[in-house]
Amino acid sequence: MRDAFLRAITSLAERDRDLLLITADLGFGVLDSFARRFPSQFINAGVAEQNMTGLAAGLALEGRIVFTYSLGNFPSLRCLEQLRNDACYHRANVKVVTVGGGFSYGAVGPSHHATEDLSILRALPGITVVAPGDDWEAEQAAWALYSHPGTAYLRLERSGAPFSPRPGESFRIGRARVLREGLDATLVSAGGILAEALSAAETLSGFGVECRVVSMHSLKPFDAGCMLLAASETGGIITIEENSADGGLGGAVAETLLEAGIAPGFFHRLGLHDCFSSEVGSQAWLRRFYGLDHSAIVSAVLARIPAPVRFHETSR
Amino acid sequence: MATPTDTRDLARRIRLHSLRMANSGGSSHVGAVFSCADILAVLYGAVLHVDPMRPRWPERDRFILSKGHACSGLYAVLAERGFFPVSQLATHYQDGSLLSGHASHRVPGIDLSTGALGHGLSVAAGMALAAALDILPHRVFCLLSDGECDEGSTWEAVLFAAHHRLSKLTAIVDFNQIQGIGRVDDILALEPFSDKWRSFGWAVQEVDGHDHDALLASLSSLPFDGSRPSCLIARTTKGHGVSFMEDSVLWHYRVPAGAEFIAALTELESQL
Repeated sequence: MRDAFLRAITSLAERDRDLLLITADLGFGVLDSFARRFPSQFINAGVAEQNMTGLAAGLALEGRIVFTYSLGNFPSLRCLEQLRNDACYHRANVKVVTVGGGFSYGAVGPSHHATEDLSILRALPGITVVAPGDDWEAEQAAWALYSHPGTAYLRLERSGAPFSPRPGESFRIGRARVLREGLDATLVSAGGILAEALSAAETLSGFGVECRVVSMHSLKPFDAGCMLLAASETGGIITIEENSADGGLGGAVAETLLEAGIAPGFFHRLGLHDCFSSEVGSQAWLRRFYGLDHSAIVSAVLARIPAPVRFHETSR
Repeated sequence: MATPTDTRDLARRIRLHSLRMANSGGSSHVGAVFSCADILAVLYGAVLHVDPMRPRWPERDRFILSKGHACSGLYAVLAERGFFPVSQLATHYQDGSLLSGHASHRVPGIDLSTGALGHGLSVAAGMALAAALDILPHRVFCLLSDGECDEGSTWEAVLFAAHHRLSKLTAIVDFNQIQGIGRVDDILALEPFSDKWRSFGWAVQEVDGHDHDALLASLSSLPFDGSRPSCLIARTTKGHGVSFMEDSVLWHYRVPAGAEFIAALTELESQL
């Protein structure tokens, strides 16, 4: 996803001299080409995320579009107050880009796992929160956020689902993408864990259970309509996120449905439940350990649907 | 543009307005306002290029009150300069008012809302960097408290501004030696304070922060060094202007009321 983002930011910087990319001393090797090509549009602000974010707000208030770049929690939680007060409150055109969402940096440890960022950042007033599920979404999101006024958070991950666009498809912030149709259950995910949802849907299909798979790349603004349809048209909803189960995607879906008075046939949140990801392992291993991988998704669905009989047939 | 003589009168008016605002609104921080009232008066009376009729004038000098808790002083000087009616000051802290207890960018003439300490200098550095990139003539001023020099974020900005040689940026520190609930020397000592800024790469001057001639002389000679950001350490007295408030921790938070309010009002009015 990082490379996809860099492709977009490079094209954008070429078109718009008012665009700046600021890193907090991360991106070894990968930002060199951008820095060489656009020396007046690139700053390494040092290991100082609070200053980076305030600085970005100051530049944005003077008409710049500023992308800040760092890893996981560093450009988000470390400088949350700068993000809230200096950027969001002033509707500053600051786009925070984090690489290493979720367990991307698996064995490095929980300091480098961003597993509450989606929950925390979506609570900020005025912010746009996007967690792409694949490279295409990452690249498109960078373009879209550039044109989307105000403060934004773009959570990138090391890996995502396979390249997914349909011919002629356009990406819109706040509009979820349905990547697979099915009526027995809806698997909705945010971020690169979309790959697990798609893989689980494939496995479930083998059991005769057809799942709708939704990439909810925008946590804010949130595509409430998509979830209301999922609740009414499919057997139930499983939310999947490499993030706390509290307040992130699962929370957003629950809030949406309850407020609309629409109860899905079943509802289950897959995410971290009040714990740190303190086990050591790769992203794939950690997903398995914490019950977020495709097997866990399959189990969660099968536990709620009398496989192999299709749920929507038996329920009628 | 006001003359240096006018700034003394302006400073007294700032103190009087702030005292009344604190009393009627039941708000804190008069001590912190009084220590920087002379700085605000010299800035807005004789230094800053601003236009009350065009608060967002692109060529204006930018001013950020990083010590946002001293906002009643800023509201007062902006009203006195005509950014909004002086009568509006009476709404401070009232339901539905624009004039909150920490600086608000909803108020004409204020570019940045502040209140959480250690934010202002980074944003000011961003504004100064933008001006430098575009080779624009305007300058950026940031007024800090000594207390917020406890914040690591302040020193992140100090490092950045020096590294990028942001000579359009001026930090003024209201060095009144008293922070929220105690004396700076007892909590987190800052001395040798000027040396710290100097060693971080800033061009530094020290000044008596209540001496208008000295303040004007310093602020008229910016940048102190054409290739570095400028820092003016203004040595001040918290609560300056009201004898029983001077150099007292009490008046960081205490609300002036009753006989204390009358005594302070009388003392300030006698100076007009």
